[in-house]
Amino acid sequence: MSPGIGSWITLSAALFSIGLAGVMLRRNPLVILLSLEIMLNAGNLLLVAMARYLGNNEGHVLALVVMAVAAAEVVVGLGLIVALARRGSSLDVDDLKGLAG
Amino acid sequence: MQTVIFYLAGATCLGSALAVVMQRNPFQAALSLILNLFSLAVLFFVLQGDFVGVAQVLVYAGAVMVMFLFVIAYLGDRAHLELRRGGVGSGAAAVVGIAIFLEITISAHRSNGALSAPASVTESFGSPERIGALLLTDHLLAFEVISLLLLVGAIAGVVLGAGNLLPRQEARRPAVERGALFDLARARSELEAGEDMREVLK
Repeated sequence: MSPGIGSWITLSAALFSIGLAGVMLRRNPLVILLSLEIMLNAGNLLLVAMARYLGNNEGHVLALVVMAVAAAEVVVGLGLIVALARRGSSLDVDDLKGLAG
Repeated sequence: MQTVIFYLAGATCLGSALAVVMQRNPFQAALSLILNLFSLAVLFFVLQGDFVGVAQVLVYAGAVMVMFLFVIAYLGDRAHLELRRGGVGSGAAAVVGIAIFLEITISAHRSNGALSAPASVTESFGSPERIGALLLTDHLLAFEVISLLLLVGAIAGVVLGAGNLLPRQEARRPAVERGALFDLARARSELEAGEDMREVLK
């Protein structure tokens, strides 16, 4: 006997909210990226749960697509953080207000 | 049995997610995220998403998190930053997070009768064969777009990581501002324009 879909939606919503709070609360771009991963995974969890309850495999395909997008996003995000660190600028997102030029 | 695993893995998942957000040390935050990803993979197995669960462990907990740990180790002490202190930002973060959670939970509770039980599925549900067949027939465009996206991501990683491939601010400034005593390029163009030699050399 598996829990009802409501439990899965609640778990996914809780995960998403934690990730969202992390993105807004933290100043460290590394931890902001980690919190973004939590949000993406909350979406993935709901996709897989819905696929199971609807008996349809398409949700799994979309979850895999989300994983690939997340991997590409992490590469670019970490590359930007390393480039910032090499330039010698602060790694505090509050200090990076003027990104023009 | 499934309900017990759901609650255990769900609690681990939420606890480790909270640890990611609260942890001061980014290294420990990344390790908490690995625990979070493993408990999510367990939840995927409960939902018969075998292939997605295995891909989660291999791609996320394996490849992506190792990259994170490398960057955190590379940055060393500079990666340590406190939480945002007080202010409008943290209050708004708490309010928005709780509001979204309550909104989704209430709407899920209202529609609880719609999908009360999982659909009856065959043994092959969530197997690599089924997902591979779907990816290469109905979702071929998504498959190709992913390959292009990963290629762009790889190129972006090389360009950003190599550093000297980025356009430099230095090259655009005149030579004198960069510390040179005499700007040869400017002098040559002025001589060619017919300026007096003594004027140019001033």
